Amino acid sequence: MNTPYQIIVGLEVHVQLMTKTKLFCSCKTVFGAPPNSQVCPICLGMPGVLPVMNEQAFQLGLRAALALNCQIANFTKWDRKNYYYPDLPKNYQISQYDLPFSYEGYLDIDTSSGSRRIGIIRAHLEEDAGKSMHDESGRGGDSKVDLNRTGTPLLEIVSKPDIRSAEDAETYLRELRLLLREIGVSDCEMQEGSLRCDANVNIHILYSSDNGEEIAATPLVEIKNLNSIGSVGRAIQYEAERQYEAFQKDPKNYRFGKLLKTTAGWNEARGMTQVQRHKEEAADYRYFPDPDLVPVVVTAEQIEEVKRSLGELPSQQRTRLQAAPFSLSAYDAQVLTGQGRKMVAYFEEVAKISDPKSACNWLTNEVFASLKERSEEIDQFPIRAPQLGELINEMKQLGIKREKARDVYQKMLAENVDAKTAIDQLGYKPFDDNLLLDLIRKAIEGNRKAVLDYKKGNEKALDRVFGTVMRETKGMGRPDRIKQLLLEEVAKIEA
Amino acid sequence: MDIRDIRKVARLARLEMSEAELETMTRQLTSILNYVDQLQELDTSNVEPLAHPLPLQNVFRPDVPGESLSVEEALRNAPVRAGQFFAVPAVLDPADDLSH
Ligand SMILES: [Zn+2]
Repeated sequence: MNTPYQIIVGLEVHVQLMTKTKLFCSCKTVFGAPPNSQVCPICLGMPGVLPVMNEQAFQLGLRAALALNCQIANFTKWDRKNYYYPDLPKNYQISQYDLPFSYEGYLDIDTSSGSRRIGIIRAHLEEDAGKSMHDESGRGGDSKVDLNRTGTPLLEIVSKPDIRSAEDAETYLRELRLLLREIGVSDCEMQEGSLRCDANVNIHILYSSDNGEEIAATPLVEIKNLNSIGSVGRAIQYEAERQYEAFQKDPKNYRFGKLLKTTAGWNEARGMTQVQRHKEEAADYRYFPDPDLVPVVVTAEQIEEVKRSLGELPSQQRTRLQAAPFSLSAYDAQVLTGQGRKMVAYFEEVAKISDPKSACNWLTNEVFASLKERSEEIDQFPIRAPQLGELINEMKQLGIKREKARDVYQKMLAENVDAKTAIDQLGYKPFDDNLLLDLIRKAIEGNRKAVLDYKKGNEKALDRVFGTVMRETKGMGRPDRIKQLLLEEVAKIEA
Repeated sequence: MDIRDIRKVARLARLEMSEAELETMTRQLTSILNYVDQLQELDTSNVEPLAHPLPLQNVFRPDVPGESLSVEEALRNAPVRAGQFFAVPAVLDPADDLSH
C-alpha cells in the first residue's frame, strides 16, 4: 500500500446464536416482535429469579469455537459485568471474564495478496442488552426502551490485531459470516443486528525525528455502530487517515500508551468517525463470578462429537474444489464456496454429468442471476442439477451456440421442461452426420464451380460452400464437424 | 482503603453518600478487607480455586419456548411508559455511556 503508515485492526464481533429461546430464560428471540412482548421476570432482572443456561446456546457456541480452531477450556464459568444503562435492567450483563469457554483460534482468509491467518484471541458466550430509541427531536425527550432483545444469546469473537487493511477486515467478516451460516450457528443478518462489529484501529508510522527513525504507534480507537460490512471498511479507512493527521499535528503526544483507548461512533451518512473525548481512566466493570450460574465442564468426547458434526468448512471446500477432479481456479472456488454448501453440492452434481469448467461457468453466468431475479435459493430452483448437466452436454454435442443455449435455458426455466424438450420445441433440431451430409451434398450440387476452383488449388473457394451449409443449419451445426465432412465429400469428387 | 476509593466505588454503584456516611464506610470496609487479608495468610497453594460454592456443574435447560409476560404485566412496574415501551430520561452525555 502506498500510505506512509500501516493500519492495525482487531475486530470484536457479536453474533446472535440461532436458538429459539434466550440464554437464561425461555422467552422467544423472534426478530420484530411487538416491543416488550418477549420478556419475563428473569430477563427483566426481577429480584429472586434464577437464570439457567440454554443448552443449545452452549452447543452452538462450541460449534463456532471449534470451526474457528479454538482451544476449548475444560472448565468455564460466567461473570457479571457491572454497568448502568437503561437498556440493561439487571445493571449487569452476564458474560465471561477470565475463563472464556474458548480461546486461541484462527480464521484463514483469502486476500488479494494470498491466504492470511487471522488469530482469534477468544470466543465467549454472553447475553445481549435491550434496545433504546432516543428522542430525535433534540429537545431531550425521554428515551424509549424495548427489552425484547435482553438476554438473547450472543457469541463474542475477538480477533487478534492481525488485520492490516480495510479490505482484509471486510474479507474476514465475509468469511466469518459464511462459516457461521454454514455450520448453522447464526444467520448473521447485519440489518437485524444478529452480526455486529466493533473495530479497534490504530496505525504504525515510520517516523523520523532528531532522535532518528522509529515506528510510532497511535492510540487505540474503538469504532462502534458499524452495521454493514462495507461500513466497517469505510470506517477503518477514514479512521486511519484521521489518526495520521492527528499524529502529524502532535507527534509527541498522540501516541499509544500516552492516551487511553477511546470510542468513536461511525456516522454512515457523513462518512466519518466521531471520536469521543479521551477519558482519564479506563472503564471499571467490577467483574465477579455470577453466583446464580454453575460452571460448565466440557469433555474431550463432547469436543470430538461436535467436530465430527461440523461437516466441510468453507476453507476446506475451496481447497477441494481447486484439486482434481474439479481443478477450478482459486477465484471460481471462492465464488462457488461463497454461495454456500447447497450451491457447491449442486455444482458437483452438474460437474459430474458434464464437466467442471462448464458447470461453473453456467452457474456464475446464468444461474446466479436467475436466482437473484427470482429471489430463490438453489434448492428451490426449478432447473435441477441433472437437467442443467444435460443442457450442457446437449449443447456440446449439438454444437449449439451460446446465445441459443441461453434461449434453451430460459425456456427450461420458464416452462419447466427438460433440455431435450426445450431444444425440440425451439426447433433447434440436432444435425447428426446424416442430416449434415444431405446439406453438404446439396451445397456441392449448387456450387459446382466453386468446388472445381477448389480442386484446381484455390483453397478459398470452398469457404462459399461451407458458408452455404452453415446458413442451412441456422447456426446449429458444429462448424468443425461440417468442415471435416465437407472435405471428405469434396475429396471423393474427380477433378 | 481511603475515602477516595470509597467515593469511586460509590459512584460506580450509583450510590449517593454524605461525607459522614463515606467516613463510616471507609472504616467498615477497611476492617472487612483486613479480615480478608488475614484469610490470605493461609497457605492455599494445594487448594483448587472455588468457582461456585455448590458442587454442581453443567446445569442446562432445553431450548424450548415458554410463556413470557404480557406487555401490560411487563410494564406494570415502570415508573413511566410510552406506549408499549419503558420511558427513561435521556442519557445526557454519550461519553458517560459505559455500555459494552
Ligand atoms: Zn425472559
